[in-house]
Amino acid sequence: MTVQLTDNRRVIYRRPDALQDKSTHYCPGCGHGIVHRLVAELFDEMKLTGRTIGVGSVGCSVFAYEYFKTDFVESPHGRAPAVATGVRRVQPDKFVFTYQGDGDLAAIGTAEIVHAAARGENITAIFVNNGIYGMTGGQMAPTTLLGQKTTSSPLGRDPVLAGYPVPITEMLALVPGTAYAARGSVATPQLVGRAKSLLKRAFELQEAKAGFTIVEILSNCPVGWGMTAPASMEHVEKDVIGTYPLGVLVDRAKAGPESK
Amino acid sequence: MTHFVPLDIATDRCKGCELCIGACPHHVLALDESVVNALGYHPVTLTDPDECTSCVICARVCPDTVFTVYARPKADVS
Ligand SMILES: Cc1ncc(C[n+]2csc(CCOP(=O)(O)OP(=O)(O)O)c2C)c(N)n1
Ligand code: SF4
Ligand code: SF4
Repeated sequence: MTVQLTDNRRVIYRRPDALQDKSTHYCPGCGHGIVHRLVAELFDEMKLTGRTIGVGSVGCSVFAYEYFKTDFVESPHGRAPAVATGVRRVQPDKFVFTYQGDGDLAAIGTAEIVHAAARGENITAIFVNNGIYGMTGGQMAPTTLLGQKTTSSPLGRDPVLAGYPVPITEMLALVPGTAYAARGSVATPQLVGRAKSLLKRAFELQEAKAGFTIVEILSNCPVGWGMTAPASMEHVEKDVIGTYPLGVLVDRAKAGPESK
Repeated sequence: MTHFVPLDIATDRCKGCELCIGACPHHVLALDESVVNALGYHPVTLTDPDECTSCVICARVCPDTVFTVYARPKADVS
């Protein structure tokens, strides 16, 4: 941390070094920006920036490589855990994370995330769940709430037609290769702080080579949901958390095969 | 001696989402409707530096990391 010397005020919070100094393409009030900031704060605090390789996904966060001062590999839609597996196995001393939306991780990428967890890969999946396909115009995702109106479920998600919301993080927590699975949110200032502690625990367990780690963050998509940013965060707090309860789902200090 | 200002706001990156405005416990943030930044938004401004407690809540909810928060000098507290 550098101390600002331009005036005599003492800095207690400033933009993390691990973020590039540029404006993001995200819509106003989008939680992706908050999650980026938390991740960057941890890169600073844990001194990870110089040996981190991020694996991007497809969705609104497709340009995440523009915003972190880490190396980055872009992957095809849903395949980030497979790409991260390869990266981590050939660069075992690196810190490797995927950054994926719910359309990416819980729909097209279901197989990749399940098997990365089953293999106990030493990677961390940062899973931003906004219940919708934000990038392509707000279509229904596997995570969309029952009754939720989207551009492809204009009358609200009907379970007879479209099934039930997929609690994928709970499902992944069952797999022995998963060292850590937790769900947080960025809906309120308090929850933002708690989400950071969940991410920190996951990062520490990857550093300890404990196995697969995933942190789901319940976020918003004000544009796709047709709400103001504050209303969308209130909706996460009041409604989304009811379907996806917050907390640590599993914390196995040592789950991965010893040879990793 | 200049008056203590507890926040710097990178107004060029602000998108006027208003998350900080609702989160500030002292209601001292508002959009500055006299300004349109290069991104096309009214950026947030601190309306009353004396009432800000440097609690960092605004910085915590900001998706665009526009806030730098400074500690209030001891002499200035009471
Ligand atoms: C193979 C393939 N299929 C479909 C798409 C179209 N597509 C782009 S982003 C996306 C979903 C993104 O949703 P999510 O992962 O939830 O991210 P968000 O944009 O909401 O952050 C889809 C289906 C694609 N790019 N590639
Ligand atoms: S479309 Fe939704 S998820 Fe994508 S940047 Fe905008 S608010 Fe965020
Ligand atoms: S630091 Fe706290 S009191 Fe000051 S503007 Fe931000 S939220 Fe309000």
